[in-house]
Formats: sequence, C-alpha cells, structure tokens
Amino acid sequence: MIALDSGHTAWVLMSAALVLFMTPGLAFFYGGMVRSKNMLGMLMQNIFAMGLVSTIWAIVGFSLVFGDSGNGWIGNFDFLFLADVNNLDGDIPGMALVAFQMMFAVITPALITGATADRLKFGSYAVLIGFWSLLVYIPAAKWVFNGWLLDMGALDFAGGTAIHINAGVAALAVVIVIGNRKGHGTVAMPPHNLPLTMLGTGILWFGWIGFNAGSGLAADGVAAQALVNTHLAAATGMLGWLLVEKLKAGHATTLGAASGAVAGLVAITPCAGFVGGPAPLIIGAAAGVLCFLALGIKEKMNWDDSLDVIAVHLIGGIVGTLLLGFFADTAINGEFDGVFYGGGLELLKDQFVAAIVVGVFSFVVTFALAKIIDSTMGLRIDEEAELRGLDQSQHAESAYTS
Amino acid sequence: MKLVTAVIKPFKLDDVKDALKAAGSAGITVSEVRGFGRQGGHTETYRGAEYKIDFVPKVSLQVVVDDADVDSIVEAITTSAATGKIGDGKIWVTDVDRIIRIRTGEEGGDAV
Amino acid sequence: MKLITAVIKPFKLDDVKDALKAIDVTGITVSEVRGFGRQGGHTETYRGAEYKIDFVPKVSLATVVDASRVDDVVDTIAKSAATGKIGDGKIWVTDVDRVVRIRTGEEGPEAI
Repeated sequence: MIALDSGHTAWVLMSAALVLFMTPGLAFFYGGMVRSKNMLGMLMQNIFAMGLVSTIWAIVGFSLVFGDSGNGWIGNFDFLFLADVNNLDGDIPGMALVAFQMMFAVITPALITGATADRLKFGSYAVLIGFWSLLVYIPAAKWVFNGWLLDMGALDFAGGTAIHINAGVAALAVVIVIGNRKGHGTVAMPPHNLPLTMLGTGILWFGWIGFNAGSGLAADGVAAQALVNTHLAAATGMLGWLLVEKLKAGHATTLGAASGAVAGLVAITPCAGFVGGPAPLIIGAAAGVLCFLALGIKEKMNWDDSLDVIAVHLIGGIVGTLLLGFFADTAINGEFDGVFYGGGLELLKDQFVAAIVVGVFSFVVTFALAKIIDSTMGLRIDEEAELRGLDQSQHAESAYTS
Repeated sequence: MKLVTAVIKPFKLDDVKDALKAAGSAGITVSEVRGFGRQGGHTETYRGAEYKIDFVPKVSLQVVVDDADVDSIVEAITTSAATGKIGDGKIWVTDVDRIIRIRTGEEGGDAV
Repeated sequence: MKLITAVIKPFKLDDVKDALKAIDVTGITVSEVRGFGRQGGHTETYRGAEYKIDFVPKVSLATVVDASRVDDVVDTIAKSAATGKIGDGKIWVTDVDRVVRIRTGEEGPEAI
C-alpha cells in the first residue's frame, strides 16, 4: 500500500472538475455553429451525455477499464457500482481516478454530435452513445490507458487515440449511415451564433488544462510541463489555422481562430506530458495547418460531417499521435525517445499501430451499431422534423422565444 | 391619408428620424428587415466554405401622413437617407383608407 | 405600380428568392414575422407545462413591381412557396401611388 499524497489528490479532483466543464463548453462550441432551430437539440445531446454516460460509468464502465482482470483487453466486474475502488493501489484515492476518468468517458461520445448535427433522432442518439460507451469507448480506453497498447509501448498521455481518433472515426461511421442533411451543398447553413462558439472555445481551452495536466494523476513537474504545452499548442494551433485561412480564403475569421485553437489542443493531447522545448509550438501549428487543409476531405467524399469532427478531432488526433513518435523526449518524462531525440523508429511504429488499431476497431463497431439502430428505431428524424428543426421536433421547445 | 414606407441603410436611421421630426412627422415605426436590390449581397466564409449572403440588413420605416404632407415627407426621407452609393433603398407610397388612434378612438387627420 | 406582400414558410425563402430572381425581380425586402392562420400553432412544453404557441414563425416579403407584372410575380411566389401542406401562407397586392429610388431620386417605373 502506497501512502496517499494530498497534493496529487487535490490536483486530480480539481482536474476532474475542469474536464467536466468541457462538455457544456463543447455544447456551446457546437451550438453556435448550427442553425438556430437546432440549437437546443445540440445543447441537449451534449448535456445528456453527462447524465447517461456518468451513470454507465458508475455501474460498470470504470470496472471494465480499471478492474484488474490480468489481461490487456478488458477489465472485470470487481468495481461494479464503484464498490471497493479505494482498494486500488496508488498515491491518489481510487475514487479520484473514478471521477477524473468519468469526465473523459462523458465528453468522448459528445464529440460525435458535431458530425451528425441537425438530423439525429434524440432517442436513437441516447441508445447509440449508451452502447457506444460500452462497446467502443470502454475497450479502447482499457487498451490505451491500462492494457495491451500501453504494454506494447504506444504512448497516449491524455487520449489522442482513445478519445480523439476514436470519436473522430466513430463520427465518420455514423455520418455514412445517417446520410447528409437535407439541403446539404445547395442551401446555405451558416453558423447562427458565433459569439457562443467563441465562448465555448474559451471553456474548452480552460478545461483542457485539467484534461492534459491532470492526466499524469500527479501535481508535479510533468503536470506543469503538460499545462504549458497544452496552452502553447492551442496558441500556435490558432496561429497556424489563421495563417493558411488568410492565405487561402482571404480572411482570418473568428470561427477559424476557434477551430485552430481546438485543433492544437486535440493534437497536443497525446503528447502533453512527453514533450518539451519547441515541440508543443510545432505540434500545435502543424495541427492548425493540417486540420484546416483536411476540411476539403468531406467535400471530396461528400460526407456531411456538419461541424468538422473529422478534420479537427480525427486528423488532429492522428497528427498528435504520430508527431509524438518524433518529439517524445525522455528528458521530460523518462519513458521513450522519439525519432528526433535518438530513439529511432520504435516509438513511431507503436504510435502508428495504436492509431490504426483504435481507428479500425472504432469504425467497424460504430458502423455496425449505427446500422442496427438505423434498421430498428431509425437514426434519423423525418424530413418534416428536419425542416422544423430539432428543438421543436425532438424537444417541443424553442431556443429563442420573444 | 397615405402610408409612406421606406427601406433604408440601417446606419442612416438616426438622420432620417431627425429629418422626419424636423418635417413635422409625429411618429414612425421601424423594423429590422433584410433585402436585396441591385446592390446584390455579399460573401461570408466559414471554415473555408463560401456562402453568398443575398440579403443585406436594412431598416424599414413606416409613417402615415396627410395627403398634403406626402411630398415633403418623401423629400425629407430621400434627402436624409441618400449616401449616393448603391443600396440606399426605396420609398413607396400607398393609400390608407382609415386610421384610428387606439387610445382615444379618434379617426382621420386627428389620428395622425 | 403595385406592392406585393407575401407571408411564407421561412424555409421556402431561398426557393422564392431564386424563383423571383429568375424572372428578373430586382429587389425584395424580407422580415421575420409571426403569424397564425388556419394552421393554428404548435405546442411547446416547459417543466411539464404545455404552452400553445399560436404564432408560428413566418417570413414576410415585400416587392414593388410594375402593374403589368403583378400576375407573373404573384404566380411565381405562389408556385415556389407552396408545399401543399397547411400553413403555406398568403399573398396580397396593394396599390402604390409613388415609388422613389433614394440614391438617385428617380420615380416611377425607373425606380423599381
């Protein structure tokens, strides 16, 4: 039994609160980008994840990720209903780990809602993210944070694979099943309230401090490095996006600043506690530029990824996961050196394998799940409901009443 | 009795209001509208995708006046709302059969 | 000179605009309004209490055209705004005595 450390415990509890705040932040980040008739529908999908996924996490989720089953694939039922979690060995209480990891489980399926904006039936959404948490998120989190991908040597400080690649690929799978919004490509669907998107960006940026700097489960030098890295990658992600946007599209836009900052935050997530020096600046800027360029993918493929979950989370997650293979530095956190620090190609290869494994697994299971729901309850609202909007058709409310 | 309706550039509203007051108009009603005329619209860009915004924000104002005052009111609006640039807007005049002041029930010229 | 006013379903505005542009109507003014007709409203629920929302969001559009074009424009709006379902809206036509283009001061048909 290791003695509990009150400093570490305090920081992890604080970080759990910071990460919790990201989900309403995401709700407003996305909500500002949809049309006004779908505002409540978008907010609801995100807030609802806080209710449903937290419940699943307490009943069985935590146990299936952190229950000591002795294998690298799935946990066990030792911690059902959070029984005996404080028996977990460590210098923070098991319950602090429960709280911190619960907030990760909540926001991951919520990320998908940006891709399926304006057309996902609420009841089907609830079933989708419930089963998705059990069948996709929990196994992936086990492999990456506490299982065979970690044992193999793949690094993911705070969830580049388990969260961003996972949710980004899942978003793609659901978009393929659900189809494009009515009027996609012919009717203009500009964001209805970018000020709310900017507010959501600020909340995400703030909460991401806990997401990344809390992921070492300690209040120490690595946490401080991760905090600074996180902030700097958001900064250069914004600069990188705005630069290419200005050059290619003519204006530096507020939505571009918001998107670039989030792209930088996504990319630094797997790297946060493993890199230092100029690496966070480079990783953030690379994500800002590459995620902007990735916006063209959905046009080319005719995927109506409405709010660019693929470009920002999938591509951003891949950029961060692979760049870690180059920039990991044992001087920061004695684990592995990347290509640029004399570690050779070993880590890069493991990063590549982890990205592919999580991506393929997430796509296959999510696609099957979406297909099953679509052929039983239907994933999509009918045409008239789509014209009226999610707010009235799904919730019998209006976001803006006079 | 005539109803004078004008669609003008929003930033000209204060000038027009002052000019109408000076011309003796006792009340106007304004609303925010969007319109397109020969000006066409403009382009907005969101995440690299261009949207053509056909409808430009405008202010619509309405004033009911005596037949004898129509020319001076139209003149006041025209002068005060003009910038000389495209998109200054339009004024049209329509007949009003009856007008009633709600508080008093007065009708006709007294109600203007 | 006639003023044509139409109250339509908001999501039909793009179709109506495109149809009017196609027959060379050079300008329209739109505003967001709420209305009720035979459609009645819909129901919203807040904390278990049901509210009947009588006023449904609509778009009102106005355009001034030469008297000779009234039938063409009205038919075009009617065709492009129709969904066949209740609540498609209404169109009415009123006389216009004068129309002025603010920038140039032109009047009559040239001002349209």
